[in-house]
Amino acid sequence: MEDKATTQGSATKLVVSSSPHFLTDDSIPKIMHTVVMALIPAVVASVYFFGFRALLLVAVCIGTSLVTEYAFQKYRNKPIKIYDGSAIITGLLLALTLPANFSIFGAILGSFFAVGVGKQLFGGLGFNIFNPALLGRAFLMATYPVFMTTWVSPRTVEAAVDAVSTATPLAMMKFEHKIAPLYDLFIGNTAGSLGETSVIAILIGGLYLRYKGYINWKLPLGYLGTIAVFSGIFWLMDPAKYPSPLFHLFAGGAMLGAWFMVTDMVTSPVTPIGQWIFVIVAGILAVVIRLWGGLPEGVMYSILFMNAFVPLLNKHTRPRVFGAGASARG
Amino acid sequence: MAIKTFDRGIHPSYHKELTSGGRIERAALPKLVIIPLQQHAGAPCELLVKKGDLVQEGQKIADVKAFVSAPIHASISGKVKDIDLADHPGGSRAMAITIEGDGLMRDWVAGAVQTDISAISADALRDIIREAGIVGMGGAAFPTSVKLSPPKGKTIDTVILNGCECEPFLTADHRIMVEEAGAVIWGLRALMKAVGAGAGLIGIEENKPDAIDALDKAVGSSNDIRLVILETKYPQGAEKMLIAAAMGRKVPTGKLPLDVGVVVNNVGTAVAIYEAVNLKKPLIERVVTISGNGVTAPKNLRVRVGTTFEEVIGQCGGLKTSEGDMEVLNGGPMMGITQSTLTVPVIKGTSGITVLTARQIKPVAYDPCIKCSSCVEVCPMGLMPYRLGDYGRAHRTDDLKAWDALACIECGCCSYVCPAKRPLLHWIRVGKLKIREEAAKAAAKAAKA
Repeated sequence: MEDKATTQGSATKLVVSSSPHFLTDDSIPKIMHTVVMALIPAVVASVYFFGFRALLLVAVCIGTSLVTEYAFQKYRNKPIKIYDGSAIITGLLLALTLPANFSIFGAILGSFFAVGVGKQLFGGLGFNIFNPALLGRAFLMATYPVFMTTWVSPRTVEAAVDAVSTATPLAMMKFEHKIAPLYDLFIGNTAGSLGETSVIAILIGGLYLRYKGYINWKLPLGYLGTIAVFSGIFWLMDPAKYPSPLFHLFAGGAMLGAWFMVTDMVTSPVTPIGQWIFVIVAGILAVVIRLWGGLPEGVMYSILFMNAFVPLLNKHTRPRVFGAGASARG
Repeated sequence: MAIKTFDRGIHPSYHKELTSGGRIERAALPKLVIIPLQQHAGAPCELLVKKGDLVQEGQKIADVKAFVSAPIHASISGKVKDIDLADHPGGSRAMAITIEGDGLMRDWVAGAVQTDISAISADALRDIIREAGIVGMGGAAFPTSVKLSPPKGKTIDTVILNGCECEPFLTADHRIMVEEAGAVIWGLRALMKAVGAGAGLIGIEENKPDAIDALDKAVGSSNDIRLVILETKYPQGAEKMLIAAAMGRKVPTGKLPLDVGVVVNNVGTAVAIYEAVNLKKPLIERVVTISGNGVTAPKNLRVRVGTTFEEVIGQCGGLKTSEGDMEVLNGGPMMGITQSTLTVPVIKGTSGITVLTARQIKPVAYDPCIKCSSCVEVCPMGLMPYRLGDYGRAHRTDDLKAWDALACIECGCCSYVCPAKRPLLHWIRVGKLKIREEAAKAAAKAAKA
C-alpha cells in the first residue's frame, strides 16, 4: 500500500492509515511521569520530617515494583514496559502510605504484592480492578498489623536510636479524643505515614496535576467535599464529640487518597455520573470507618471498596446519547 | 454577540495560519482531467459520451435517472481520451472519464445576468441545482437538490449555512466567506427560497474574524439572515453539533436535520448555487486548500474537478521531500481519506489536500486502555468509545448495537485524545460494517424464505 511520491529521485513514501490522522501529544508514559513529578513534593516532605529512612523506603518500594513488573512481563512474554512510569507510581504511592520505621523486608513484600498480584495477575496496566498501591497496603495491614500501626513522631527517626513511638492524629482522635493542631497537620508535623502527613506538599502536587489536565476535578473535590460535608453534619450536632471537617480533611490519608488514589484512571469510573457516585459513597465510607469503625483510618478501605464497583458503575451510568429522547417535528 | 457551542469535543492545533491570509488563486488549466462517474452520495452516473468525443467546458458528460444523484460535467474542453477504471480519492477504484484539454477556456462571467431570487420558483431553483450537478461541498457530497426536496408533511423553517470549517489546516470556506460574501448570502437566500424557509443562519467559528466582518457587511440591515458565532472547537461543523449549537435543536437519534425543520449546507455550496443560477455555470471547479507541513507553498486554489493531486500539489511548490515519509489526505487530518497514489483527481467533495510529514504521522503501536475517560469526555454523541472500540474489534455486533455504535458520526475525537494511541474510531468503523453485513445477510435470508 505504499507508493513512490512524485518528486524525482526521492525516497519519500506515502503512508496510509485510517482517520483521524492527527493525534494528541499525550501518552501513557507522559501522564505517568507527570504523576511521578507531582509526588515529589510529598517525598521531599517525608524526608524532611522522617529523615533518610523515608527515602530508603521509597527507593526500596520503587525498586521492588520495577523488578516485579519486569519479571511478570518477561514471564508472560509481554513487551517490557517498565519505563512507562506506572510501576514507579505504585511503588511510590505504597511507600508514602507506610510508617517511617516500617520493616524493609515488609516493604519489599508489599511492593511485590501490589504490582504482582494487584496489577500483573489481572493482566497488567489497565486491567486491574483495585488500586495496586492500596491493595499492597491492605496486604501489609493484614500481614504486619503491629508494624503498620506503630508510628513515630516526625524528626525523631534519626535523632535517637529508639524512635519515639506515638499515635497518629486519627488514632488520638479515636481512642483518646485528642485533636492535633490543624497547623501541624497542614504542614505535616505529625505522626503518620510518610506521605500522608503533609497536606501542603500533597496539594502542590495535586494542583500541578490539575493544571496539567491529568485529573478530573470532580474526583478529588467530590471526595474531599463529601468528607467535609458528612463529617461536618456530626460536628455541628456535637462539636465536643466529633472532630471538625477540617481535621478530617487534613488528618490521615484523606489528601493523598483524594489527589492520587481516587484519581487513579484505571480504577475510577469513566462516566460523569459514575464518578460522582464513586467519590460520594467513598467519602461517606471513609468518615463512617473513621468515626464508628474498628480502625482509626478509613481512606484506604473506602477507595478499595468502591474500586470493586467501578465496572458496574461504568455499565449503568452511560451518558445520554446525543438526540436520545429528542422528538422530531412535523 | 454570545458565543455558542455544543457539548464535549476537542481543541486540536489548527495550523490554519498556513493558508488563511492569502487570496484564493486560480490554478493553471490542467492539460488532462480524470473525472470519476461517482462523485456524490447515491447512484453513480451513466456515460453520455464515448471515447474520442469532443466535449465543451461545462457540457454534461454523465447523468443518471436515480433521484439521489447528481450529473457530472466536463471541467475543461477537449477530447475524451479514455473511459476506464481509475484510482478514486475515496479510497477505491471507479469508472472515470479522462479528457485531454485543448487549452481553451470559457468565460462564464461574460454571459452573467444577476437574477432576482423572487422571480424564480422553488421548483425551477431545484432543477437548476440538480442540472448543475451541485453536491454538498463540505466533503460528504450529498446531492443538494435531494436535500432541498423534503418529504411531504415536513416543513423547513431554517436554512443553516455551515461556515465552521472545524478541520485543522483547511481554510477554503474561510477564504470563500471573506472574498465572496455577496455570493454566499445570495446562495443562502436561494436555498431558503427552495425549501420555503423564512430564516437563514450562518454558523461560523470565532477564529475567522475577517469572514465574520465580510458576511456582516453583506447581510447589511436585512433581518432574515443572522450570523451565529461559534466556539472554535472540533467537530463544530458536524451537522448535528452545528444545529444544536446554533439553534438548541437536537436531531433525534437516527433522524435527519429536516426532522427538526432544518437544512444545513456548506458555504461553498451556496456559492456554487449562485454561479449555477447567475453564470449558468455547472459545478466544474471548486476551492481547495492545499496545506500541511509537507507542502512547500501551501495555498488555496480554485481547481478544476478532475485535476490530479500530483498537478495541484505541483502548483504549490511540490512536496517537501526532505521531510521523509508523508501522508497525503483528501480532506483534513481528522476526517480525511489517506491516498496511496497522487494520480487521484480532485472531485466535487475535495475541500482540501493535506500533507502530513513523518513527524506527524501517528504511531502504529498502541497500549492497553487505562480507562482515563478522555474518549467519553470528548465524544460529541455521548457514546463510550473505549467500549465500542473493544466490541468492534471483536465483532460483537449485539453489544455494538446495545451501546449505540450506529450513532457514531466518525469525527475521530476519541482516537485523537487517546493517550494509549488506540485506533478507536477504526475499530468502531469495523463494528459498524459488521452490523451492516449482518443486516444485509438477514435481509437476503428473509428474501429467500
